[in-house]
Amino acid sequence: MNTSHLNQMAISVKGLTKIYGERKAVSQANFEVPLGSICGFVGPNGSGKTTTIRMLLGLIEPSAGSGEVLGSSINKPSEYLSKVGAMIEGPAFYPALSGAENLKVLANIGGYPLSRVPELLKVVGLADRAGSKYKTYSLGMKQRLGIAAALLPNPQLLILDEPTNGLDPNGIQEIRNLLRELAEGGTSVFVSSHLLSELEMIAEYLVMLREGQVIYFGKTEDLLHAQQSFIVVTAEYAVDNDRLHALLADANFRVVARDGKLVIDGAKESAAEINRIAFSAGITLAELAMEKPTLEETFFDMTGDAE
Amino acid sequence: MIRVALGELRKLRRPTLSIPTFAIISALSTFFTWWVFHSVGNGHNGQRGESISSTTLSTPVGFAYGFTIMSFFLGMAAFSIFASQTANEYTLGTLRNLLVRQPSRVKLLAGKFLAMSTFALIMNTFAAFTSFITGYLMAGQAKVNTHSWFTSAGLSHFGKSYLNIFISVIAFGTIGMAVGIILRSPISSLAIGLIWFVIVENILGGLITSTVKWLPGQNLMLVGDGGQAGSTISYSHALGMSALYLLVLIALSGTLFKRRDVAS
Repeated sequence: MNTSHLNQMAISVKGLTKIYGERKAVSQANFEVPLGSICGFVGPNGSGKTTTIRMLLGLIEPSAGSGEVLGSSINKPSEYLSKVGAMIEGPAFYPALSGAENLKVLANIGGYPLSRVPELLKVVGLADRAGSKYKTYSLGMKQRLGIAAALLPNPQLLILDEPTNGLDPNGIQEIRNLLRELAEGGTSVFVSSHLLSELEMIAEYLVMLREGQVIYFGKTEDLLHAQQSFIVVTAEYAVDNDRLHALLADANFRVVARDGKLVIDGAKESAAEINRIAFSAGITLAELAMEKPTLEETFFDMTGDAE
Repeated sequence: MIRVALGELRKLRRPTLSIPTFAIISALSTFFTWWVFHSVGNGHNGQRGESISSTTLSTPVGFAYGFTIMSFFLGMAAFSIFASQTANEYTLGTLRNLLVRQPSRVKLLAGKFLAMSTFALIMNTFAAFTSFITGYLMAGQAKVNTHSWFTSAGLSHFGKSYLNIFISVIAFGTIGMAVGIILRSPISSLAIGLIWFVIVENILGGLITSTVKWLPGQNLMLVGDGGQAGSTISYSHALGMSALYLLVLIALSGTLFKRRDVAS
C-alpha cells in the first residue's frame, strides 16, 4: 500500500442519494476509500452498487449528497476521469471491431498513446487474439478486454464492476494478482464482486450495501474480527452426530447441523465443556475447532441475502 | 473533440461499413448517370420523369446532372449511418465507455458529428467522382459535348451542386443523429426515419400538395437539388425551413444527451 497519502481518500461520499421515481436506488450513502488500497464493494443484486459506481463516474446525476474522487467533486468528472479506469456492468465493445481496434478507439478518445494497446493486451493475456473480432471472444476474453480498457489511462483509481465474471479459476487468480500488483504500485482499486472469498483475500477495506444503504464501511479484518466466533464439532462416526447434537442442546448450547458437522455458538472456553460432554457419552470427536465466520457468511448474516 | 472524431473514424472505416457503403454509392451513382446519358432522346431520363436532351447535357448543367439525382440517396445513406452509429452506442452499452474517456458530453457529440460528417464528405466526393467519370465516358455515345463542363460556368455549377448536396446530406445526417439520440435504438431510428422520408412524405405531398413546403424531407431534397426549376417553393424557403427543423431537433436531442442519465 502506498503510504504517502494516508490522510487522502481515493473516494469519499457523503449522503449520496439517487432516487428513481419513488424508489431510492441509493440512500444517504457515506463511505471512504483510502488512496492506494483495495476496497471491496459488496451487496445483493439491486442493492445500488452499480448506481453508486455510475454516480462516481459522472454517468448519472445524484439526487442528493456529495462526493469526491481523487480530490475532485463528482459534479466535475472531467477533473478526475482521465486518472480513473473503469469497467461498469461488464464489458461493452463494438462487435465488428477487433479487440485491439476497440482499445484504440478508447485510446484515441482518451488521448493515450496507441503503444499502450499491445502492452495491455499482453497484460490481460489477449495478445494472440488481438486481431480477432470482439464478437468472436468468449465471455472470459471479453472480460479481460474490459479490464485492459480500464487500465488504458494507467489509472490512479481503478473501478471495476464484477471483473471476474466469466473467468475460469486461473483467470480469477490472474486478476487477483494483477489487482494486488496495481495496489502495491499505488493504484487505488474499488471493486465490486459476488466472489466474496476472492474479496476476503485481497480487499483491505469493504463497503457493504443493502437496499441502497451502506451497512458497513471500514477495514475488512475489523468486520471479520467483530463477528462472533463459533465452534465446529464432528463426531468420529457420523451416526453419533445426532446424539451429540441432542446432548449439547440439553446443555443449553445453540447447535446447528451443517454439512455433516455441528456448528455451536460459543467462546473458546466452551470447547472444553463440549469435549467433556462428548467424552462422557462415549463419543470420540474427529474435529473440535474454533472458527470465525467467513466474509461470505458475514455478508449473508448482515444482508439477510442467502442467494 | 478531435480525439473523439479520430476514435469515431476508426469505427467508421471498418470494412463491414465502409466497403458496402462506398460500393452501393458508386453503383447507384454510376447507374443513374449511365441511365441519363444512355436514354438521351428516349425521354423520361431525368429526375421526376423529365426528359433531358443531349443539348441540356452539353450545357454547364450537364456536368453535375447525374450526381444531382443521387442527392436523396446520399441523404438517406447519411441519415442511416448517423442514426445507427449514434443509437448503437446505447444498445451496445458503449456510451458509458466513451463518457468515461470523454466526460464532456458536448465534446463527445461534436466529435462524433465531425467524424460522421467527414465520412459523409468522402461519400459525397465518391459519388460525385463516379458520376463524373461515368458521364464523361458516356458523353460520346450520347452525343454530348463536354466542352462547357470545363468552363468556369460549368465548374461553378458543379461546385454549387456539390455544396447543395453536401448541405442536404449533412442535414439528413443531423436528423438521423438526433433521432438516434432521442430513440436510443438503431432499428427504431432507421425504421421511423426511412418510413417517414420515403413513404409518409411522398403520400402526404401527393394527397395534399400544400403540405410539401412544410415537410422536412421535401425541403431538404429541394436544397440538394439547388432549387427546382418551376417549383412553387423557393430555394431560400427550403433552406430556411430545413434550418428551422434542424435547430429544433438539435436543441431537443442535445438537451436530452446532456441531461439524460446513462443507465444502460
